[in-house]
Amino acid sequence: MSLGAWIGVGIGAAIMAAPLLWTLLLSLKANAELMRDSGAAFSAPYTLENYRSILQGSSLVQWLLNSVIVSGGTTLGVLTLCSLAGYAFARLEFPFRRTLFAFVLLGLAIPEQAVILPQHQLFAQLGLHNSYPGLILPGLVGPFGVFFMTQYFKAIPKELDEAAMLDGASRFTLFWKVLLPLTLPAQATLGVFTFLASWNSYWWPLISATRSEMFTLTVGLASAQMNYAQTSGLGFLMAQAVFASLPILIVYIIFQKQIVRAMAGASVR
Amino acid sequence: MSIGGRRAQLEGLAFVAPFLLLYAVILIYPLVAGVVISFHRADLFGARTFVGLENYGRLIGDPVFHQALINTFKLTILIVPPLTAITLVLALALNKRSRSAAFFRGLFFSSSVLSVTIVTLIWRFILTPDAGLVAEVLEAVGREPIPFLSDPDLTIPALAVTTVWWSLGLPMMLFLAGLQQIPEEIYEAAALDRAGRWTTFWRVTLPSLRRTMLLVIMLQTAAQLQLFGQAQLLTAGGPSGASRPVVLLIYEMSFARWELGYATAAAEVLFMLVLTVTLIQYMTASRRWEG
Repeated sequence: MSLGAWIGVGIGAAIMAAPLLWTLLLSLKANAELMRDSGAAFSAPYTLENYRSILQGSSLVQWLLNSVIVSGGTTLGVLTLCSLAGYAFARLEFPFRRTLFAFVLLGLAIPEQAVILPQHQLFAQLGLHNSYPGLILPGLVGPFGVFFMTQYFKAIPKELDEAAMLDGASRFTLFWKVLLPLTLPAQATLGVFTFLASWNSYWWPLISATRSEMFTLTVGLASAQMNYAQTSGLGFLMAQAVFASLPILIVYIIFQKQIVRAMAGASVR
Repeated sequence: MSIGGRRAQLEGLAFVAPFLLLYAVILIYPLVAGVVISFHRADLFGARTFVGLENYGRLIGDPVFHQALINTFKLTILIVPPLTAITLVLALALNKRSRSAAFFRGLFFSSSVLSVTIVTLIWRFILTPDAGLVAEVLEAVGREPIPFLSDPDLTIPALAVTTVWWSLGLPMMLFLAGLQQIPEEIYEAAALDRAGRWTTFWRVTLPSLRRTMLLVIMLQTAAQLQLFGQAQLLTAGGPSGASRPVVLLIYEMSFARWELGYATAAAEVLFMLVLTVTLIQYMTASRRWEG
């Protein structure tokens, strides 16, 4: 790469990184000092006080737990449902198979905002707001996972099925013992993608979880942000932002390949 | 044990049934129910009167809805072209096997794993005039702070900058994937023809990326036409609606004013708008490729 290009990338990277570093610096400063002048963030002394306040009984820990339960539950649910459906759509013959598959693909064109208000009505009637199932269920019906798993199951050679059936395996044993282990890479990609999307989802948990103890991290941080003026100060708020992004940044660093592949794959649907 | 046997057929249905059931109840039913509700005067708590097309008629004459539509278009136009250009340049610069290129790719992608709440929290304290980073820098060089989040002329650009920063990752990765798929031979042939760097870029690279480009533009347009969280959290749509996009208006109609019927009508209009725009983009592009 030429020198000019490196300088361009360097400037871009600085603009990209500055907000992140600023947030980190603010989170390491005492609130009282920032009250006088937020420019104090550029100089010592730094402290971990704000992070200690988070761990000592702020609601953040509860919200973190909620996020883990909701995102974990959603991921598990999506993997189960999509593997079952993907297997059948790819390898079994049954009535209306093509029609049903087309019916599922139709869902790819439905944006959240077109269904979220009636969903809210439906979940109110079912009494599911402010509950884990209420937060998890809408995340299970995205058609992308079914499409993705169907493609993957299609790529596995059919001879495997025939050999296993000759050995007297039932269709479920075949699915569970023979084929499913072969789809592990796809499960990882779809799993990480689903987890990220669920962790960051905002609108549904915002309207479904209205009680503070059911907030996910995303929604909880929104409420902290709105009430910022009355609460405990800029440093503490920014420590919350850093604390809340840590789990997802760790997931990102560990699963970088899967995430990039999933995002690219998700959009080439 | 024949593959087409009756038992096997029922088994197939059993495998797809759990997903299909949830899909029908939680996605398709609400899609249909939304259309039905939009023909009613309805509140959030179940009271409904059929009013035909009244809600849609109201939208046509509602200046607040018009402003939200205009804001939405402004945001989309301020976000999608710069985002496409910047990420294309980044992909071209970082399409290398070196470690430093990998590091920069990771950096530019990192913001897109953050949630909208964290992104707005970060940008609030970049942009806010009383404690933000920009204000601190301006102060250091002896300038007045700029009220990005309350000046009606600056709120939409502020939302656009925030959104571009947040959204760089995916388009950059798509362009990188596109670049990887261009066969090396084409470049060799171009080099044999003594094509310069610019000629190679305009005649080889760009045409080979047209599908990726279309995909990026379509995805981003659809996403930005439905921009919501940033506006709700960063500017609350203000001042007095100057930065309120349609989805934020739909949210306020239903959860602040409890006019569910009216809100669903607006949601249906936006849904049709997104489908139409996406379709037009797709058809324009494919017609030009054929011609």
